[in-house]
Amino acid sequence: MSLAAEAGAVPALFARQRRRLAIATLLFIALFLALAVLSLGTGAVAIPPARVVAVIRGWFTGDTEIVGSREALVVFSIRLPRLVLGALIGAALAVSGTLMQGLFRNPLADPGLVGVSSGAALAAASTIVLGDRLLGTAQFQLPFALLPLGAFLGGLASTLILYAIATREGRTSVAIMLLAGVALGAFAGALTGLLSFISDDRQLRDLTFWSLGSLSGASWTKVMVIGPLILPVLFAVPVLARGLNALLLGEAEAFHLGIPVQRLKNAAILMVAVAVGAGVAASGVIGFVGIVVPHLLRLLFGPDHRMLLPFSALLGATLLTGADLLARVLVAPAELPIGILTAAIGAPFFLWLLLRRDRSLDA
Amino acid sequence: MSRRSLVAASGLTAAILAGSLVPALGSLTALAQAAPQRIVAAGGVITEILYALGLQDQIVGVDTTSLHPPQALKDKPNVGYVRALSAEGVLSLKPTLVIAIDGAGPPDTIKLIAEAGIRVERLGEDLTPKGIVERIRAVGRLANATPQADTLADAIDKRFQALAREREALAARKRVLFVLSLQNGRVVVGGRHSGADAIITLAGAVNAAEAVDGYKPLTDEGVIAAAPDVVLVMQRGDHALSPSDVFGLPAFAATPAARNRSLVSMDGLYLLGFGPRTPEAAHDLMAAAYGLGEAAGGRRQ
Repeated sequence: MSLAAEAGAVPALFARQRRRLAIATLLFIALFLALAVLSLGTGAVAIPPARVVAVIRGWFTGDTEIVGSREALVVFSIRLPRLVLGALIGAALAVSGTLMQGLFRNPLADPGLVGVSSGAALAAASTIVLGDRLLGTAQFQLPFALLPLGAFLGGLASTLILYAIATREGRTSVAIMLLAGVALGAFAGALTGLLSFISDDRQLRDLTFWSLGSLSGASWTKVMVIGPLILPVLFAVPVLARGLNALLLGEAEAFHLGIPVQRLKNAAILMVAVAVGAGVAASGVIGFVGIVVPHLLRLLFGPDHRMLLPFSALLGATLLTGADLLARVLVAPAELPIGILTAAIGAPFFLWLLLRRDRSLDA
Repeated sequence: MSRRSLVAASGLTAAILAGSLVPALGSLTALAQAAPQRIVAAGGVITEILYALGLQDQIVGVDTTSLHPPQALKDKPNVGYVRALSAEGVLSLKPTLVIAIDGAGPPDTIKLIAEAGIRVERLGEDLTPKGIVERIRAVGRLANATPQADTLADAIDKRFQALAREREALAARKRVLFVLSLQNGRVVVGGRHSGADAIITLAGAVNAAEAVDGYKPLTDEGVIAAAPDVVLVMQRGDHALSPSDVFGLPAFAATPAARNRSLVSMDGLYLLGFGPRTPEAAHDLMAAAYGLGEAAGGRRQ
């Protein structure tokens, strides 16, 4: 996310624009950091701000008395992994949304469309419902990694299937991919429905809660598993920005501008599958971040992907951090599934965007 | 050694012995009375048992399924749905013990709570009289209230035995169909391996929906084939289903139950809670299904 370098490489950007960009960057980073600090200091367990600072300082100085305390456990084992996980997943979802909308040149495209979510949901349902039967154990005794691993592989597999369907003679048709995505989504939905039909009461409830999405149960292990999948994608996407910009003119035009269109498509779809698959695996389905963030940013910055991509990572992380903060404190000591919040806030906002008939939708 | 010093020495020894014995005795009685715990009950049946044992003062948090007694959710902080607990939420109540039913979770949350040094105990689900009695004893042991728990468990065990005798006295077995919901005329029933199946069996009846596994929708023809003598439904607030609501549906019109207008409506948690009230619930269901006079909880309409 080397925005300064990006800006420097583009002499066409005027000084005023560059200043605006610098201010926006600072504002976005400040907003995220403020939310992150607020999130670390807020929760069902009341920890005074001074104590949070002491805990963090104690952790760095290796003060065993503080590191072993209950506050330290809450801050380092519950809130911090949750914050990091939420930021990673938010960034992954938003960046993937931006990539998809750019690739499909369709403002409604989101990661769910290429089959990642439905495939992941089907795989998750399979592990919840069939895992018990195949392994003959209750679900809490299943290996912890089975559900996320299944979800990840399911998302990846369905994306690859869709990709194979849409690719003829080495060329991928975006239109076929869009339509096939809808069909495969419905098919995966039917199989998931079948699984919920044969599931028992308990499994059905697990399925429901999984499909609502939650960062509850975030742990460093999860961060360690999905971080190495999401972070490389986040750092790699800016490379695609120029290509996506050219693609806005049309596929043939982009090709004639010297953009390796097929390679661009391959890269974008693989990145989305990996980032979203990992995110969905860790948190379940979290809707609307991928669709709202790119739209909001296009209103602010226009359609240039060199700005959209890094800023969507930042805004996605901020949005999910904020939503998770609300999820944790609104009904404490219980918590809301985060998917409810993102959809409840995201959907009306999206409608409002549509009603404004902003020109970015036709871009 | 002079006699005087001998007396003094033995006196001193006695004093020392007594002195050391008193606190020892004190700690013994303290053990018997048990140290109060700060308990989070994850699962309605755990809450119900703790209240039945008179241990409500030790409860610092309950989950959303803790609907009985009704004051539980009013008096105690709610840590959320039992399968979607929040680690920080539970920790914020500073519990010393979390008693959870099978399937409480998510697993990572339970792990985090345990890592915070809080004792987490899981109790399996066994819907038989033996299982229910065992669960009461287990909760009592965990809450350091073994004597109370033994008393309650023995009483419940006796009531189950009495129930068994009532069952044996029944001349014929009736077929009971438990209807979970009737949304839009779609009949969802409780089949094998459901709580409904367990309570129907305890009440000395036969589950008419043995053909299905768990809670499943049944076709209209399936309802006719099940041929229930009695239809069992859950009371929901003031809107209890009336016999004409149920038997007016084509699926039910042709059943033996419709001929006798035999509909039993019971409180859902009372019926399917599988806690200390279960012998009564089974008894009430039996009384209502077989028409054995006035039943406290069941209402034959």
